[in-house]
Amino acid sequence: MSGAINLGVLSVFGDAIDFIFNQQEARTGQTMVGGPDQVFDLTGEHLKVTFLALGLAAVIALPIGVALGHFRRGEAVAISVGNAGRAVPELALIAFVAAFIGVGLLNVTFALAVLGIPPILTNSYVGVSQVDRNSVEAARGMGMRGLQVVARVELPLAVPTIMAGVRTGAINILATAALASLAGLSTLGDLILGRNVYGDAGVVAGAILIALLALALELGLAGLQWLLTPRGLKLARASAATT
Amino acid sequence: MTAGPVQLAPLAGQVEIHNRTGENASCVGQNKVFCPSWAFDNFDRYTTPLVNQLVLVLVAVAIGFAVAFAFAILSHRQRWLVPTFTAATGVLYTIPSLAFIFLLLPITGLGWTTAIIVLSIYTLQIIYRNIVAGLANVPAESKDAGRGMGMTNRQLLWRVELPLALPEIIAGLRIATVSTVAISTLMVFANVNTLGQPLYQQIDFKTNIVIAGVLSILMAIVLDLLLLAAQRLLAPWRRPSVEATV
Repeated sequence: MSGAINLGVLSVFGDAIDFIFNQQEARTGQTMVGGPDQVFDLTGEHLKVTFLALGLAAVIALPIGVALGHFRRGEAVAISVGNAGRAVPELALIAFVAAFIGVGLLNVTFALAVLGIPPILTNSYVGVSQVDRNSVEAARGMGMRGLQVVARVELPLAVPTIMAGVRTGAINILATAALASLAGLSTLGDLILGRNVYGDAGVVAGAILIALLALALELGLAGLQWLLTPRGLKLARASAATT
Repeated sequence: MTAGPVQLAPLAGQVEIHNRTGENASCVGQNKVFCPSWAFDNFDRYTTPLVNQLVLVLVAVAIGFAVAFAFAILSHRQRWLVPTFTAATGVLYTIPSLAFIFLLLPITGLGWTTAIIVLSIYTLQIIYRNIVAGLANVPAESKDAGRGMGMTNRQLLWRVELPLALPEIIAGLRIATVSTVAISTLMVFANVNTLGQPLYQQIDFKTNIVIAGVLSILMAIVLDLLLLAAQRLLAPWRRPSVEATV
């Protein structure tokens, strides 16, 4: 019994892998689907809208969060934005944009950016405002002005917290970009939402690709975080971990 | 294994209009921002999705809490489990929910089981981390006082450490619950009739989007406030502070 189930499971995953690497006839007949070309196109479109939205979210949220954190003002706002962001249903957001604003790359980019802003804003506020006051005083004592303090002391020390927010935002955006299929974009969500065309193989292939893409993005941003973290901070963490 | 409600939806012309009479028809026909009389006449469409979504959220958070709690207690004594469990739940948390549903398709099919598995897995990390942090933040003096009174490890855990960690534990539950409400709309793709169902079926119909979206957000707010009230009731000595996402 369990053997049969396992075989069934394996065969669907096998079909899904096959779908990714070999073009085949659609369930509806006539057209050809799957294969590297289509997978490549859909992945490209998925990544394009993800990075556009992430960039837009960062451009909006980082300066606001960092400024609020630097002046240690607006804690309630910075924290509530993050909490409220979690309550937004992704499907409702995409539906809202499709119905009220319009479909297409630009509209979807704005919609997805809305999901990235809360974690980035909240975390950049928290990261910057939690920088040790003594470090800031020391920097001022060395003659640094406001912006220098931000750029050379507060931001580097806040990198781990800020990047945690960027990673959360990025994953939210990448996940919801799958729903962009409902708002006129051809992302990997097409495969998942088009079961009548692509069949179970295509649906599971879409799921595998999106999951891999999310893990890759997470790893990539973790790498970026490692590059941006000041060496002293890494050493301090390493020694804290060993003791 | 039928195609279910999941299919590529052409955007135009799929608005299914009910009660096309009188002023109702003109408001709905012109797809205005919000048609109150349509909403009043058709509110019963949203009751089943609303109840389903609420049940789904409560079950998923309860299961997630039970699992996270068990692991947190376990790793309270076995500290090496903390990074292991955090990393494992972190990887699971990274997988987008829509992808997760369909990765489970060959194994559990579509339906409530799949929806509950996916949603409860997402709650694990935040609840676990908050329980562990809550237990770690219990002041050493309190534990010493307990030991001085002759408590065993088990008594210390249940009578001193857990009660003192309660604010953090409930803070974790609040975050998990609010996110679960939002994600549960997506469970329409697992064939569960949540508020995502009306959203997905009539994605061009503005009044529908407003009702379903607002109901989902309200559910998140009400559950959050209930948990906040529980926190005040159960841990009156500590005012709940603003919680950050860090």
